[in-house]
Formats: sequence, structure tokens, C-alpha cells
Amino acid sequence: MSGTVEFERHDAQAVNSARLRQPLYTARRKIFPKRASGSFRNFKWLVMAVTLGIYYLTPWIRWDRGPYAPDQAVLVDIANRRFYFFFIEIWPQEFFLVAGLLVMAGLGLFLITSTVGRAWCGYTCPQTVWVDLFLVVERAVEGDRNARIKLDQGPWTARKLALRISKHAIWVLIAVATGGAWIFYFADAPTLLGDFVTGQAAPVAYITVAVLTATTYAFGGLMREQVCTYMCPWPRIQAAMLDEHSLTVTYNDWRGEPRTRHAKRAAAQGVETGDCVDCNACVVVCPMGIDIRDGQQLECITCALCIDACDSVMDKLGRERGLISYATLADYNANMALATEDGAHEIRPSLLRDASGRMSQAVSHFHLRKLFRPRTFIYFGGWSLIGLLLIYGLMTRDRLELNVLHDRNPQYVVLSDGSIRNGYTVKLLNKIPEQRTVTVSLGELPGAAMSVIGLDHEEGSSVTVSLEPDRARSLKVYVRQPRELKPSDSRAQRLVFHVEDVSSHDAADYVTSFETPE
Amino acid sequence: MSHKEIDEISGVATTGHEWDGIKELDNPMPRWWLWTFYATIFWALVYTVAYPAWPLVSAATSGMLGWSSRADLRTQMASAEAARGDYVAAVGKASVEEILADDALRQFATSAGAAAFKVNCVQCHGSAAAGSPGYPNLNDDEWLWGGTPEEIHTTIAHGIRFGGDDDTRLSEMPAFGGILSREEIDGVVAHVVALSSGGDVTGPGAEIFANNCAACHGGAGKGNAEFGAPDLTDAIWLYGSGPAAIAAQVRQPRHGVMPAWQARLGETTVKELAVYVHSLGGGR
Repeated sequence: MSGTVEFERHDAQAVNSARLRQPLYTARRKIFPKRASGSFRNFKWLVMAVTLGIYYLTPWIRWDRGPYAPDQAVLVDIANRRFYFFFIEIWPQEFFLVAGLLVMAGLGLFLITSTVGRAWCGYTCPQTVWVDLFLVVERAVEGDRNARIKLDQGPWTARKLALRISKHAIWVLIAVATGGAWIFYFADAPTLLGDFVTGQAAPVAYITVAVLTATTYAFGGLMREQVCTYMCPWPRIQAAMLDEHSLTVTYNDWRGEPRTRHAKRAAAQGVETGDCVDCNACVVVCPMGIDIRDGQQLECITCALCIDACDSVMDKLGRERGLISYATLADYNANMALATEDGAHEIRPSLLRDASGRMSQAVSHFHLRKLFRPRTFIYFGGWSLIGLLLIYGLMTRDRLELNVLHDRNPQYVVLSDGSIRNGYTVKLLNKIPEQRTVTVSLGELPGAAMSVIGLDHEEGSSVTVSLEPDRARSLKVYVRQPRELKPSDSRAQRLVFHVEDVSSHDAADYVTSFETPE
Repeated sequence: MSHKEIDEISGVATTGHEWDGIKELDNPMPRWWLWTFYATIFWALVYTVAYPAWPLVSAATSGMLGWSSRADLRTQMASAEAARGDYVAAVGKASVEEILADDALRQFATSAGAAAFKVNCVQCHGSAAAGSPGYPNLNDDEWLWGGTPEEIHTTIAHGIRFGGDDDTRLSEMPAFGGILSREEIDGVVAHVVALSSGGDVTGPGAEIFANNCAACHGGAGKGNAEFGAPDLTDAIWLYGSGPAAIAAQVRQPRHGVMPAWQARLGETTVKELAVYVHSLGGGR
């Protein structure tokens, strides 16, 4: 290499480095992450745009369900106990579908973690996304890392005050918008927005917005990496999902060490050096305030910004990218064994390079084949099994349901002609947003005839009832069996209630019992 | 203690306590914990000033906000009253028949009647209104004093054989133990059993029945709601079925008494009770 290579060297120390670790009781030391650029940063911008877009815009999507149901595509209607998701409408008793979805989300998280490590933490976790957004604001208002450090350490001037006030004001605005968007999932969004700004919304709406505004502002603006390190349980749990074939952000010290700031002098002296020029670019971009060169550590959320930072320096130096890279522990250990000849001596990066200085063929790299392991198959199998069961459950669920409660007190009544009467509360559930006419009829019980309280009809074995759209209707039904048809031996007889839609022939049955005295 | 010992390994001061070489470190409380603690103390002080708190000799301090649990209860009761005020007023104005015809009113009156029934009626009629010997089952379709909504209402309002109400339902069956001989009673009991079970009704008891019982119970034994005379041909027996129970009732009849409820519960509640009892399945 000839001539001077231009790259910035930072005088930085990792706030959360193991060597400088603070006692838990000291105040937080501020982290001033520098803006990174590169493919991972671009990917993170994209993820941020998509996730924030989904969060803020979803409640505003309309979905026509006819005159008897709300036209909001995604709505958790707690007051009426309905959950709408595009073409799906869920009643409270079908909430297991949502529970199944949550189990799928859990298994999906296991699957992702076992393959690409803490990708959830690094890219899609709301904490990460909102901290990223708050940092964008911080950089736009106060400048990049060095300007912010200077401002923070400088005295309180009018400019500092103005910058701080603007920054916190924008943060609060974002926080209000975040808390504000949440409530739109629980009521008709345009109506609620109108009510909210004119002060007519329910107190719970204002309280929810206030709480979420406070948490967003505190977590995203003030606490940041502390939420991940101290509050979140996931970093502690994830170790169980990772194995030696999981991809994690790794500093490849087998090619980086021994690091030096004086490569030329070292070369002149015949001392072997690694690729790391100790520029600290990886340290200054880290939002968690760690030094990835200390190895795997709990604080690392694998956002991969250090990879971007290091790659740009390697490009300038004309060396291969990937001094910091996504690598598996197995590959890392294999390469480390090559560089130290199984621990016989200190790292000698030259052992991994051929005569022309290129990376040797013996160096292990990640291969897609490693994604297919028993662990990932099990996670994927469980995930897709639950998914298929949910789809099956959704496709085959009843839209007309019948529940029958047999009166327990009195169990039976003897009428003046000696016939036996039992009382039932029959609940008819019309789960579609359309008016329906159904017939309720009796089966299996010999001679059974019914009468419905509050319904003008002849006593008989069936009755026609109209059901309101998307509503349940409760009927008080008395079933009578003539004395002469009562069996002598059994006390409880089978009785079947059958409900059927007169036009669509959608039907449901409920088996219950008919009690008779001895 | 003026002397402060610093633990060598952690660099933290100790409390000076030591057990078998184990020293207790004097780490400071986490600040969030301390601030939460101070906040709760502050909250407690504010609370005791704002709300009733400090016990004095005869009462507690009343608090600056003037809140009291009794006033709170009064407000809640008043708002509950107000919430159902429209329905109560409508029930008060309508007749029992009109209430039954109006679906919303009927549902309201049924619920209100069920509540009133559980307080006032279950002592005799049972929690499911199923009665017990001597206390009629209100679920079935036999009515001593009539099963139309108006008749049920009258029975509840004025009671049966109740001394405190001039309009009470009144009737008394003579004690035939002193009128008829033992053989005659056996004969009439056999006749009544036959009436109910569809047996031979041409026996010697038929004539005794026609002479002594038919005036109230009717020639065919169908009873008469005007006098509260039970239908003897059906399957329901207030004081028990079978010759022995019937004979006992003929010799020395028992007469149930039911209080009049109008004066005690008011017109509206009695209507609600009538609607509820009518809805139990046997109403005519």
C-alpha cells in the first residue's frame, strides 16, 4: 500500500464496555451515536418506514361490511365485544384465534432468533424503531455526534436552550402521535379524532394517550438503551434459542488482531498486524454504547450499524469487507483455530491469507445450508402447524350458533294434565352482519312441544325467529312432554335443539337433557 | 460510627456487620426506588388532607374535598334510580296486560319482579317458585285463584285470607270430619282419587260428593277460582296426593294464608311481581 489513506479516527471509549462497567447505582452515561451509512442502515430505514407506516396508517384503512357493521378495516370494538380484521370478524368466544396468532408470533421469534440472532431487537422492536426515530430528530436539531457532545458539555447558552427545547418539543409531538395512533384501533378513527381534539372523547382515551405519550417519550428519548439492557426480559431469554450456528454480529478478531494505529511502522519493524486500525468507527455508531470488539455481550441488539461503519473504513483501506460481520460461532471458532493454530500462540492473521495476501480458502464462511437444522425445523414445524390449524379453524367456524342452558331450579314442573315441563334458555348467535330468519326445532324427545315466552305462536315442535344482524338473541323456551310418553325407566332423556337458517340452511345443533320425575 | 470500612473487592462501604466473615455491603438504594418511596409519602400526606383520614375522639377528620362514602353511595343510588326512572314510571302507569304486551317493559318488569320475588316471596314459595306442600308451585298451570295476569295481580296485591286487607281473597272449606261419617269420608276420597286418575266415578262416593262438595268444587270436580276451590281432576295436589293425604284434608282442611303486598311494596313492585310470576311458564 502506498500513499495516505484518508479515514477518520475517533477518540472514543465505549460507554458500556466491560472494562469500564459502572455500578448499577450510578446515573446513566449519555451515548451519542454517530450517523452510520451503508446497506444495513438503509435496510433499517426501510424497516422503520414500513413498521411506522403500518402502525400509524392501519386504523385509517376502510373496509365496507354493509350497514350493520363498522367500516374500519382493523378495529378492536371493546364496547360491543367484536374484533374486526379486514374480512375476519371475531367474537369474544373466538379469541383463541388471536391467542393462536400470539403463539405463532412467539414461535416465529424463536425461529428468527435461532437463525439470524436478535434480528427482532436490531430491526423491528418498537423500542429500537422509536429510538432510531428520536435519534433522527436529535441529529437534525443538534447535529451529529461531535456537535452533540460539544453541546452537551458546553455551558447553558441561549442557543443550547433553544436547541434542547426544540428537540424535546419534537420528541413530545412524536410521542403524542404515537399514543394518539394507539386509541384509533379501538374506535372509529375519524370520529374519535374529531371527538378527541374537541375534548369530547371518553376519559380513557385521554388517559391512554397520556400514558403512551409518557412511555414513548421516556423510553425513546431518555432511557433508550437502558430499556433493552435493564428492563427487557428478551435478552435474557434469547440465549436459549441461540446455538453455534446462529448468525450474530461478530468482530472477527482472527483477522483484526493485533490491532494497531501504526500499521506502517509495525510493517517496517516486521511486526505482524491485523486489519483493525483501531479507528473506533464501530464504537461511535453504536446506539448501545458498546465496543463490539469486546466480543458477544448482552447489550448488543445486533443492529449491524458497526458492520456498516467498519465496512466503509475497510473499503477506504482497500481491504476486504467483513472485519465485523454476521457470523456464526462455529465459523468464528474454526477461523480462530486456524489463526492461532488451535490456541498454540497469539492470533497471527497471516495464517489465514495466501501468498498474494488474499483470504485463504480455508476460512469458513456462512452458508445458507446452515439454516436447515433440527432446531429450525422444529420451530418452523410448530409455527406452520399452528398456522394451518388457525386457518382451518377460521374456515370451518360456525356463523350461526346455538347455546342451550337447562333450567336447574326447578329441574322439571308437573302440569295439571300430568305432562312434564322443562325450561331452557336458548341463545341464538347470528355472527354475520345481516338480518336472518331461522327456525328452532326440537328433536329426539318423543311428543315434545315447545312454547317461547314473549313470542306469539302456537305450541309446537318448531318456531320461527328473526335475528338481528351480528347479535345474540336469548329465548326462554318451555318444552312439554305428555304424561303418557314418559318412559318408565330413565329420568333424563336426550333432547336436541336444532336451529336452521330458512334461506341459507346454515344450521347448528345442541344436545341437552330433559328431566322427568320418577 | 465515624470509621467507615470499605470492602476491598467491590469498593463499596460496609455496614460494619459481619457474620462468619461475610460482610454486609452498604450499597445505596436505587434512585428510582427512592423517588418512588418519596412520592408515596407525599401522596399519603396529600391524601390524608384531602380525604377523611385522621381518627379523632368522636369522628375522623372530614378532609378538604368533603368526600364521604355515604354521600357517594347516595349519589350512586340516586343515579341508579334515575337510570331506571323512565321504566319504573311506565310500569307504574300501565296495566299488567299492557306491560306484557310491550317487549321492553315486559323484560324490565320481569327482571325487577324476579329481584322483588327473591326478597319477599322465596321464604314460602322457594327460590325457583316451585313451592312445597302447602305452598303452591307457581311454575305450573294450575291456579287456585286464577292464572290470568289480572287475577295473579289481585292475589299478590291483596293476599289470601289476610286479616289486614279488606279486599283479600277469602274462602274456607268446612271440616267434614264432624259432618260426615268415617265411611262417607272414605267413599268421597275414593271418588276424588278416581276423578284425578280417570278411574270409576260411579261409586258410592259420587252422591256424597254431589251433596257436599260440588257447590264449590263443581259437579265434575273442576274447581272454581272464584272461591279458590282447587281442581280435583288434575295431577297437582297442594297438600299431597293419595287417599291418606286427601282424607286428612277432607276431615280437617288446612288453609294457607298469604299476606297482602300492595300496602307493603307499592303498586309498581306488585305489578312487576305479577309479570314475573306470569312469565314462569304457567300464566294464562
